[in-house]
This record gives sequence, structure tokens and C-alpha cells, in this order.
Amino acid sequence: MSEETLQRTALYERHAELGAKLVPFAGWEMPVTYEGIREEHSAVRTHAGMFDVSHMGEVEVEGPGAVAFLQRVLSNDVTKIEIGGAQYSCLCNEEGGVLDDLFTYRLGGDRYLIVTNSANHAADLAWLGRWSRSFDVAVRDVADRYAMLAIQGPHARAIVTAALRVELPLRMRVAPLRIGGRPALACGTGYTGEDGVELLIDPEISPAIWAELLDAGVVPCGLGARDTLRLEVCFHLHGNDLTPERNPIEAGLGWCCAEGTGFIGAEAVARARREGTAELLAPFKIEGAGIPREGNPVMRGDEQVGVVTSGTFSPSLEVGIGMAYLQADLAEPGNEVEIDVRGKRRPARIASKPLYQRKG
Amino acid sequence: MTLADASYPDDLLYHDQHDWARLEGDEHAVFGVTWYAQDSLGEVVFYDAPEVGATISKDASYAEVESVKAVSEVIAPMSGEIVEVNDSLEDSPEKINEDPYGEGWLVKVKLTHPEERGALLDAGEYRKMLEKS
Repeated sequence: MSEETLQRTALYERHAELGAKLVPFAGWEMPVTYEGIREEHSAVRTHAGMFDVSHMGEVEVEGPGAVAFLQRVLSNDVTKIEIGGAQYSCLCNEEGGVLDDLFTYRLGGDRYLIVTNSANHAADLAWLGRWSRSFDVAVRDVADRYAMLAIQGPHARAIVTAALRVELPLRMRVAPLRIGGRPALACGTGYTGEDGVELLIDPEISPAIWAELLDAGVVPCGLGARDTLRLEVCFHLHGNDLTPERNPIEAGLGWCCAEGTGFIGAEAVARARREGTAELLAPFKIEGAGIPREGNPVMRGDEQVGVVTSGTFSPSLEVGIGMAYLQADLAEPGNEVEIDVRGKRRPARIASKPLYQRKG
Repeated sequence: MTLADASYPDDLLYHDQHDWARLEGDEHAVFGVTWYAQDSLGEVVFYDAPEVGATISKDASYAEVESVKAVSEVIAPMSGEIVEVNDSLEDSPEKINEDPYGEGWLVKVKLTHPEERGALLDAGEYRKMLEKS
């Protein structure tokens, strides 16, 4: 992708001023780090970090048919979301493959907001639009309406509450409020394994809010730390750990699938759950030196038994960690395998989720 | 992390793949990566050193340094045989960031083709190359 076509968030100038290392990500020019991935990672684990995730997409679904429509397209049981509630689910194709993983927030009786992964936003929108035709519902792209800040860490809530003088929703809840004099949404969700909030705010005022929160002591964090944080707690990254060729069962996401609702792909997911899958996604830790990377083969003797879909150096555990699709019978915590890291065999052990356990 | 400021000492020779060589007499040299290389890579968390006794060739990869996000191959500026590796980097790979020309040195080599030095850049030429890129 050429540089001219990269999109920039409303906070681009702020990132540049802070000396961020900016990289292309899903068509956007995004900060990967400011002062260093390890420092930013540690800030989120021990204090509070702030991520500009304005590249993520938002879709509003509204109308009398909203519940029935979402029940058809989302894997989870949408009727369980109360007003002001949030829910994680998969968007599956007819074969049960995962098109995207997303959070749905219920803003009103028949009004919902879906947050998409930026790389999938356009395709999700087209998919939702296509299936919405047989329902009494409007599907609107509202990505331009929101900047998104994720403030995460043990002190995140206290700092945001004090700095912006707002009352924040509880975990897995969403609340409408005013930030910077404009309507905003606060969501008790995140992608780091720490407590925190995600704020959906007017892009116009986002630079001022960003500055206010920095002054209040949150540490600016880039996508590099976002990746190490999420992998330590085994949150999936679509495009790596989830793809349209994998179903939620083999990805370990059966818990967010309610096949009884008859969602698109439910038959395939039910079959996978009933019959089991040939492979399962499993987290692992390297024992000793070496950093696993996406695409590394997982070996047992001379046999390849899987492939790494996410791999990195864990700043909290100070060891290489990752997730891999493995032959199902090998995906048991404690099992020993080897990761072929560019020709060098690195001993690894299958672990249970999460790889990193939050303190306290 | 304490970061070194950008610098390219005059007493070193440079390879265009961002490696340096410090000649010690006619037959030995110490190799490492330049300030530019470590800055591009970010915080180094792992140095995969070659074995003492290994033969390395000019312009070919002889080691890897990894940051949290990326792997970078380290290119040999000259050919030779490894006579010493910087073992302290096993526990403190961040020295490559903090002191790339000092404590962050990578290997000591017995040169097999000392005349290869003629193909390397001096500090001024290397700096000019960086400015153009």
C-alpha cells in the first residue's frame, strides 16, 4: 500500500509531536510505540496507559428488527444484552468461518453499536448490509463519527474519572455521557487483560481529551504494547488467530457461540462442537531462549503438528510466548513441543489461558 | 531505557547494512550494529549469537537480534572466524541499544580477508548514506 493512501486518525499530529514510531497498519498510519514497547506494556500492567484506537470501525444498527437481525448475524445470544450492556461475539460466514470478532453495545431498546476491526470494517459493513435487507433495520457506518481512546490499567478508571469528571460504567457495560461538551460513549471493555475503559468521542475534541489525560498521568502506548498485552492474556487477533478458514470452536471461542439462535454458520459451528475439530488453538511458552513468530511450524520429532499464529516476547514473563493451531490431541496444557524458529528448534510447553495472570 | 544519542565514531568502519567493524591490528576485528540499526529495531530483547569457531562471510548474516516486534539479521562487514562472542548480551541484550559501540559489541573475529576493509565506508561516508536514504 502506498503512503498516500494511508488514513490518519484525528490524533496523528499528537503522535508525531510525541516522537512516536508510526507504521502502516490495516490502511492506517498508526503509532507502534512512543518510548519503547516494554515501558508502555509495563505502564498498562502497573499504572495506566492510553491507546489511540480510532482506526477501529463502528457500525450502528437500529430499528424494530435490530434484535432479530443481530441474532441472525452474530454468534452470541444477543437477547442477553441489556440496555447499557456489552457482549463479545463472532461474525461467521455460512461455513462457520470467522469473518470478524467484535463487541456489541446496546445503546437503547432497538439501538446497538458494533465495533469492528479496522481491516475488516468495509467487508463487515457490506456483509451486515446484505443480510439486513430481510429485516426492519438500518445499518449505518458511523466510523467517522468517533475517535476511540482505550485507557487501560489498574489506575485507568480513577484517572479518567477525575480528569474528565465523569461517572464511568462498570466492566462490560456502556454509558452515554458528555466529554468535552459533546456526546460520547464510555465502555467498560478493553484488550489488555487489565481494568479500564474505552471512550468513543467526537474526533474534533479528541486531541484536547488526549492531552488532558496525558496531563493526568496516563502513558501513551502504541500498537506494539497492545499486541504484547493482548497475547499475554490470550485475546485473539483477527487475521492471525481468527480467520474465515477457522471456526470459533477450534479457536476456543465456543463460549461466545449460541447455536440455538440459528445464526449464520450455526449448523457448521454446532457440528464442530459435536464432532470436535482436527486442530485447536493453544497458548504456549518457550522454555529458554527464542522468540516465536507468526508462521513458525510447531514440531514433534520430525512431524509438523501445528503452526504459530501469534508470537512475541512477553515483557511480563520475559520469555517467548504465542498461540498456535495444534493437532487437537496435543493441545493439552503441559504438553511439550518444539517451535521451529527460522531453522532453530526451541522447546516449548503448551500452557493454560491466560499466560499472564493479573495481579490482585 | 537509557538511549544513546545518534553517533557514528570516526575510528570505525561501516557496512551499508548498518554494521560496524573496529580493526584490532591487521588480523582481528570487533563487530557490532550501528546506532541507526538499533534505533530502527527498537528495544533489543534477544541476541542469538553465533558459536565461537564459526566461519562468517562478508555480506552474509551471522547472527540475529530481535526486538519485541521484529527480527533483524546481522550482516558480517568482513569475513573471518569467530574467536569471541559477547556473552553478557545473553542476560542484557539491551546493551545493544544503550551502548552499541561499547558494551553492545557482538563478536570478535579473526579476519581471513583483511583486505575487505577497502570495501567498507568511513564514518563520513556512512553518515552521508544515511542522509540520502
